[in-house]
Order: sequence, then structure tokens, then C-alpha cells
Amino acid sequence: MIAVLRRDLALALRSGGGFGLGLAFFFVVVVLTPFAVGPDQGKLQIVAVGILWIGALLAALLTLDRVFALDWEDGTLEQLALSGLPLESVVMAKAAVHWITTGAVLTVLAPALGVLLNLAPGGYWPLGLSLLLGTPALSLIGTFGAALTVGIKRGGLLLSLLVLPLYVPTLILGAEAARRGAAGLAYETPLILLAALSLGAIAALPFAGAAALKVTLR
Amino acid sequence: MSIWEYANPRAFMGWTGKALPLIWGLGIGLTVLGLVWGYFFTGDDFRMGSTVKIIYLHVPSALMAINGYFLMFVASLIWLIRRHHVSALVAKAAAPIGLTMTLIALATGAIWGQPMWGTWWVWDPRLTSFLILCLFYMGYIALWESVSDQDLAADLTSILAMVGSVFAVLSRYAVQFWNQGLHQGTSVPVVTGERSVDDIYFIPLAVSMAGFFFLFLALTLVRARAEVRARRLGVLIRREQMA
Repeated sequence: MIAVLRRDLALALRSGGGFGLGLAFFFVVVVLTPFAVGPDQGKLQIVAVGILWIGALLAALLTLDRVFALDWEDGTLEQLALSGLPLESVVMAKAAVHWITTGAVLTVLAPALGVLLNLAPGGYWPLGLSLLLGTPALSLIGTFGAALTVGIKRGGLLLSLLVLPLYVPTLILGAEAARRGAAGLAYETPLILLAALSLGAIAALPFAGAAALKVTLR
Repeated sequence: MSIWEYANPRAFMGWTGKALPLIWGLGIGLTVLGLVWGYFFTGDDFRMGSTVKIIYLHVPSALMAINGYFLMFVASLIWLIRRHHVSALVAKAAAPIGLTMTLIALATGAIWGQPMWGTWWVWDPRLTSFLILCLFYMGYIALWESVSDQDLAADLTSILAMVGSVFAVLSRYAVQFWNQGLHQGTSVPVVTGERSVDDIYFIPLAVSMAGFFFLFLALTLVRARAEVRARRLGVLIRREQMA
């Protein structure tokens, strides 16, 4: 499992494209927002949290179809299935790599970009925390969606359609925690629920993803 | 004889063929009765005027939209556990009907909301949950359509239905957490046994709900029968090509 993780991480870092794509997308979304909303600082402050969360979510979504696609095309996925390593572990490793290359980096990047959107001073910690606790759920749900659509030609659009409704609770709780934090309110409750969601996803979704892979590989 | 015998495709075609006229009759009869009763033989509401009458379409369609999803969940579960093909086909057949019911509920709600709340749409928990339900139906149907191997599609959509149901419930509570509602409470509080709607309105509403239930059942069975026939046809064509 560690080997799969290291291999995928090395591939993601060295092949270019996939790794930077999500981050560049996130960056561009945030930079373009003021042009669309207007340069008014007060207005930007209101939408800052929402834009940062939507940007992170879309950036995670953008890189999902790569999670299994390349391994599926060149047969690596079948080899992995035959290797004796449980498919659940493969799904977990893939989700972990996806999180490290998108979620973790987005979490670090988001507060910096918050400056551009005039995020309220109290909002940086809640934003960072909510992204840190919320993005694992995004990666796992996305990996499940990718496992479901791996055998389908041009599954990218379908993947978005399947995954977006599943993202709703994560987005609501994450953005709510960050928004409450930015407004100076107590934000523990949504944050705890968000952490519960992520832990639940970590516990359950690798099994669902592996079940989907088994069906496709049959 | 166990209950599973009815799920044998041949037995399924047999008993549904006999039961369908009755179910159709009940569905159409009760729906027409409920709607005509509700529209022409009940008075206008004191505050809402005649717009109250949209309840006879809105509540039954919303009821069947949710129960349709529940039916999909149960049918998918039976497919995953017992691998009855008819079960997978029923889940497939129910999805577009459930989606239609969801759209009817959303549309009638918007038409009622415009004069009553002064807006076509608000981000109220119930409305939002229904919009998300609509997305779930669309994703489910799209997954069925995009996989050509029927058994593979049945497996994948069943897994989606399992995970989707969990997230649908999660979304419902997350949405309540996110925004407080404008939508009134339930018209039919089953748990408490009380009535929030007067009997004059409630009886035609109950008739209409029963009518929608049988309509949904009839439509699902017709679609499932069509699927069974399509499969048989596919087998015949393949056999022809082999010979």
C-alpha cells in the first residue's frame, strides 16, 4: 500500500500537468472573482469564504478523472487487483495521493489567497481548519466516483454529475464553519460535524469504491 | 412457495399482467376522484384562496418522489444481495418516474410560492433537499444510460444508490443546519397522529395520495415489463445472429 502510494505520488509530481492543474485552477478562480464581483472590499469579504470553498471543491473535482484512468488504460489496475493487495487499500492509497496533491496543498494555499479576497482577520484559522478537515472527504467521495466511472468512455462529465450531489453536505458544513469563523461566531459545531463526515468517509467509502472497481474489473 | 418466486421473470410477467389493469384503474380512478373532489368540491382557503388547491398535486408528487427513491434503494439492495434481475430492472424503471415526480413537486411548489411567498424559489431546506434529490435521480439515470452491459450497469447503479442514499439523508440534515425554512411543516404528520389540515381538505388529499401511489406503481410495473421484454428481444436477436 505504501509502495502504491509512493509510486502514485512520484507519478503525480514528476509527470506534471495533473498535479499543478488543480492548484492553478484554484488560483485562477480566486484571481478572477474580483473582476466578476467588483473590486469593492466589503462585497469581496462577504463572498470570500464561499469562493475559496467552491474553488477548492472544483479544483478537487477537476483532477478526479485522472485517479484511476491512466492505470485502467495501461492495465496497471488489473495488476494491482491481482497483486494480493486488497482493492480497498488501493482505493485508500489513491484517495490519499489525491488528497496530498490537492486537498493538503489547497489548505496551505487558501489562507494566502484569502488575502486577495479581503477575508476577515478572524477567518483564516477557521478557513484553514475547515479545509483541512473537509478536503479528505472531498478526495474520498471523488475517488469513489472515479472508481464508479472508470470503465466508462468519456466518464468525466458523468463523474461530475455523480459526485457533485455527494459533495453537498461537505460543502455546507465546511463553508458554514469558515463563514461562522469569519463572522466571529463560534464555529466548533460545524467543524466537528465536518470532521465526523470525513472520518465516516475514510471508514466506509474505500469499501464502496473497491466494490465498484471489482464490478468493473470482473 | 416463497415470496421470491414472484420475482422470477416469467412469474413476474404473469402476475403483473393480471394485476396491472386493476392497478391502473385504481391509480387513474383515485387520482381523478381526488383531484376533481379537491378542485371543485372544496371551498377556498381563508388566507390562501384557491391557490391552496395545488396541494392535491404537490403533496402526492412529493410523497412519491421520496418513496420512489426509497424503492430504488430497496430494489438495489435486493439486487446486490439476491441478484434477482427483475429487482434491478424495477430500480431502473422507477428512476425516471421518481425524477418526474420530483420535477412536478418543484414546479407546483414554485407556482404556489410565487403568489404566496412572493418568489418562485427560496433556498429553504425542503426546497433545497428536493433540488438535491433531483440531482441524485439525474446522476443515477445518467449512469444507467452510459453503461451498455446491463448487469454491469445494474451493479454500478446499485452501489451508487447505496452510497447516494446515505448522502441524501446527510444532505437533508446538513441543509437544515445551513438554513432555516420558510416552508410550512408537514401536512400529514404521521408520527404524532395529529392533523394540520382540516378534514375537508385532508380526505380528498388522502384520496389523491393513494391515487398517485397506484399511478406510480402502475407506471413502474409497465416500465419494468418493457425492460423484461427488451431483454428477451435482445436475447432473441443475439440467438438469430449466432445461427
